[in-house]
Amino acid sequence: MVTKIKIDPITRIEGHLAIEAVIDDGVVKDAKSMGTLFRGFEIILQGRDPRDANRITQRICGVCPTAHATASALCLDESFGLSDKIPDNGKIIRALIFGANFLQSHILHFYHLAALDYVDAVGAVGDLAPFVPRYEGDYRVSGKANAELVNHYVQALDIRRKCQEMLSIFGGKMPHNVGIVPGGVTEKPTEDKITNFLWRLNEIRDFIDNVYIPDVIAVAKAYDDYFAVGKGCGRLLAYGGFDLPAGKLFKTGLVLPDLKPEPFAEENITEDVKHSWFADSTSGKNPAQGETAPDLKKKEAYSFLKSPRYKSQVCEVGPLARMASNYVQKDAKTRELIDSVLAEFKADAVVLFSVLGRHAARALEAKLVGDAMVDWLMALKPDQPTIAESEVPETGEGAGLAEAPRGAVGHWITIKDRRIERYQVITPTAWNASPKDDKAQPGALEQALIGTKVKDKDNPFELVRIVRAFDPCLACSVHLLDAKRNELGVFRVV
Amino acid sequence: MAGQGEPVIEVLKDTEKNRKGGYILVVEGAIPTAEGGAYGSIGEKGGEHLTIQQSVEDLGKNALLTVALGTCSAFGGIPAAKPNPTACKSVRAVFDEKRIETLVVNIPGCAPHPDWFVGTVAAILFSGLEAIELDSLARPKLFYGPLIHENCPRRADFDKGKFAERLGDPGCLYKVGCKGHYTNADCSIRQWNNGVSWCIKAGSPCLGCVEPDFPDNTSPMYEKITFEELTWSQR
Repeated sequence: MVTKIKIDPITRIEGHLAIEAVIDDGVVKDAKSMGTLFRGFEIILQGRDPRDANRITQRICGVCPTAHATASALCLDESFGLSDKIPDNGKIIRALIFGANFLQSHILHFYHLAALDYVDAVGAVGDLAPFVPRYEGDYRVSGKANAELVNHYVQALDIRRKCQEMLSIFGGKMPHNVGIVPGGVTEKPTEDKITNFLWRLNEIRDFIDNVYIPDVIAVAKAYDDYFAVGKGCGRLLAYGGFDLPAGKLFKTGLVLPDLKPEPFAEENITEDVKHSWFADSTSGKNPAQGETAPDLKKKEAYSFLKSPRYKSQVCEVGPLARMASNYVQKDAKTRELIDSVLAEFKADAVVLFSVLGRHAARALEAKLVGDAMVDWLMALKPDQPTIAESEVPETGEGAGLAEAPRGAVGHWITIKDRRIERYQVITPTAWNASPKDDKAQPGALEQALIGTKVKDKDNPFELVRIVRAFDPCLACSVHLLDAKRNELGVFRVV
Repeated sequence: MAGQGEPVIEVLKDTEKNRKGGYILVVEGAIPTAEGGAYGSIGEKGGEHLTIQQSVEDLGKNALLTVALGTCSAFGGIPAAKPNPTACKSVRAVFDEKRIETLVVNIPGCAPHPDWFVGTVAAILFSGLEAIELDSLARPKLFYGPLIHENCPRRADFDKGKFAERLGDPGCLYKVGCKGHYTNADCSIRQWNNGVSWCIKAGSPCLGCVEPDFPDNTSPMYEKITFEELTWSQR
């Protein structure tokens, strides 16, 4: 039977995205991921003081502004000739500010964005907003275990507040920290700031160890069929991140579908726009030469997202990519974390390519980052500098590659006459939620949706669970069309 | 919110239809108006993308009042900065064009402090609309009355002429671009994230993010701004 279902918008993600899936005989045959908001940050940045990019690009998003602050700072460091001059304290404090944001974002994602697809809040507290309206049917945890998860939903709000406070200690405020700047950071490490950071961090780590990870495992046990849902493209990409004096916490590299590593080179990134509302003449460029020229009249276009590709191939980014990259490059702590969870489920590493694999990778990554932050904090030297002196150069070029909570983020700048001539950003969600490219290869999220069996057309849990597992930074709507794109009826989803 | 899709849009439609004059509309984000609003849509109407502009107008018409939350919805903010590629406008500007007379209370800030928003809504719920005294930019004086500069912990440095020459230096941050001398907000007293810190305490100049000229006339952000460079409203 062919069916058309419309869901618009999907809530509990950030921003504006629509997804259209063609469904035939209960299986998704084709899917389109459509970004429905364009603001033109890259156009607005042209002609401005390069340092302002560090403040303005954070405002792309209030959930992970710190990722843009970091990528932008790295990009400016390079273009200002500062990359090898950042004091150790500066590197560490940048990582602590960003780490606090990571922990907040991952806990936000599991409890306040994704959990309500699995946890029966109504069963615990009754028909209360914001827990209704909702999909009905597939809630598999009940009684005391369910009530416990709902309690943790509330407790997680308090833990997130502590993450933001921790960020603010060195970043000044959140959202949109003011501490990270080209050359390092503006704030100084003092003993009282370090202790104020540490007690909060330890409370958050305790929550990750004893609440967050056990909850993800409990949900995974109740929904273990989701280890086989939403496989995706199988090709993972990590730029690498958390740039510390001793090296990077997240290793740079690709992971191929057979779990083999491949080295990464930035010049292999291009952005296609055949199916995006941008001029075709700008297609296939490396972001260092990229352009942003909207064209709303293109017939084949269906998104404001471009299609980033690596060697013309689709890649998935995010916690799964980072943890897999660390895993195949034999990072001991990462292997221990992942192997312990795989042993718990008596499963092979290939199950990680799934809805639950993405949630598990995110939770384990929170532990990896949280634990590492203690060591970073203890390496601060209160009497040492945090920032290198800098001047805006007459001309310059730079790239800043980092890892946002939801995946690889890149900024590219060209400076001319001490002003921004060109600025390009590739967000993680552009990688994951991109439309088809010039060769008509569907994006990573589109590929994860294709082939999915939808059990109940009135409550298509499978689709929203797949979309949310990517932690997209966009608001979203899902449309299901029949295979021939004929409207055979519209089933409103309640 | 647990739900998604049609039922979520229904909540909005139902409120607009059945609770006329009995709800507060809160708008985040500037409103893209170029190409009939095509640069931003959420949900659908009659099979077509429903533009943000249309939703704001429909919901705004019947609201008791509208809260423009954040600098973008209050004044246009970054999306409306030069060259404003999507013709972004503030809520007030969109209402004025369509002769929508609903009161707009602006709670600017990039980001706005949560206390400013919760406090404004709480004051209205406790004491009614008349309890909110607004300044000439429709901001509640309760939160946007103080000048950053007046209560700045580095004010003594300013008075003594001790200025930071570079970021990270001690002293008043005026020479590295601080906009605290014309920015109205209570950050220096209230501080951020549960009173942990705020921009100037962390060694950064105030960016003037609650002001209508942010970011075009508050940049370059790290360059000293002289009195002559201030716009009339800044003075």
